[in-house]
Amino acid sequence: MIDKQVATAADAVADIQDGSTVMIGGFGTAGMPDQLIEALIARGAGNLTIINNNAGNGEAGVAALIREGRVKKIICSFPRQSDSHHFDARYRADEIELELVPQGNLAARIQAAGAGLGAIFTPTGYGTSLAEGKETREIDGVNYVLEYPIRAEFGLIKAYRGDRWGNLVYRKTARNFGPIIAMAARTTIVQVDEVVPLGSLDPETVVTPGIFVQRVVGIPAATTNKRG
Amino acid sequence: MMRLNREEMARRVAQDIPEGAYVNLGIGLPTKVANYLPVDREVLLQSENGLLGMGPAPAPGDEDWDLINAGKQAVTLLTGGCYFHHADSFAMMRGGHLDICVLGAFQVAVNGDLANWHTGEPGAIPAVGGAMDLAIGAKKTLVMMELLTRDGRSKLVERCSYPLTGLGCTSRVYTDMAVFDLGSAGARVVETVEGCSVDDLRNLTGLVLEG
Repeated sequence: MIDKQVATAADAVADIQDGSTVMIGGFGTAGMPDQLIEALIARGAGNLTIINNNAGNGEAGVAALIREGRVKKIICSFPRQSDSHHFDARYRADEIELELVPQGNLAARIQAAGAGLGAIFTPTGYGTSLAEGKETREIDGVNYVLEYPIRAEFGLIKAYRGDRWGNLVYRKTARNFGPIIAMAARTTIVQVDEVVPLGSLDPETVVTPGIFVQRVVGIPAATTNKRG
Repeated sequence: MMRLNREEMARRVAQDIPEGAYVNLGIGLPTKVANYLPVDREVLLQSENGLLGMGPAPAPGDEDWDLINAGKQAVTLLTGGCYFHHADSFAMMRGGHLDICVLGAFQVAVNGDLANWHTGEPGAIPAVGGAMDLAIGAKKTLVMMELLTRDGRSKLVERCSYPLTGLGCTSRVYTDMAVFDLGSAGARVVETVEGCSVDDLRNLTGLVLEG
């Protein structure tokens, strides 16, 4: 019997080691797997490379990882925000490395990793400082930049409901990066508001098929708070 | 000369958004355009974090923080609206499906080059978000901005000095004094506010402008 459920968030992240690359879902706070991140902080792994759209909002989630000094490098599109103070302080103190990627390229590179592509040619960023030093090509009169997939050993995401096979549905705009991170990470760990019996998710509306998910932890719904 | 205020600029941009258009309004000034779209015109607003058919802000107390826009403000979803993931969202831009995006700018060049993501100042933390994808992805990229900086320098320029967001991507600029069409042939004045002549604009910007 396939059962991807694990009992606790701590069990779910127990094999994330120092120096790991971890992709984390969420746009701002919507879809941010706060409880998995809390467990990761408690586990103590450091020197992490984190991939997320932002560089932390407020005090929880990615912000907490940065505050605790666990992040060596962050790959993101939009680090600077009104409540990104933990990132700002570490960045100004030269204690965190930043790789800035346009948001759509971030999504496309994550998707490329999950789809097994070797690279993509994207028009976004062509002629800008974010494409400096990168290979370019003109195809049918349009200029493109060669960008490589972004992979990760672990993916931490939040979904609304999931079953023991790992099939997932999301809630509203909390979906954001979840489906593509699930595909791109070697081990995808999902916190769901509710684990439901097999067969109770409508197969026509499953967003992430269970094949892309390795671990499911039920963490009863905490309302997403306003931050960022 | 009677310069348009920001609300009037938003109203002017809204006039040019046709029935049936799929539109992304950038963070900041462009967000105001939504307030001036006529209620009888069906325009679908996209927000790049993953929704199409974005509605107005909810009543205070009704916020659902799983339902936000790209500016991370609580919003609502119109009947018929839908959610999608980030790769689909940016495919809507890059793939040429989105009709219009309206963006703010630090500078726009007469050939359509856009600079709106980074001042390039030392010590400034860079953040690009979806700016570069939006700039080059929509079928039509419109910019709205005041024509002059606070100290009177033109933001419509021969060549951008700020770091670029996209090359030749802006087709039209709406300002508080005039509307300009841009392209490889340079800038053309489409209309001016009352009391403003094309020569006034030439003097203010120092640019060659087709009248």
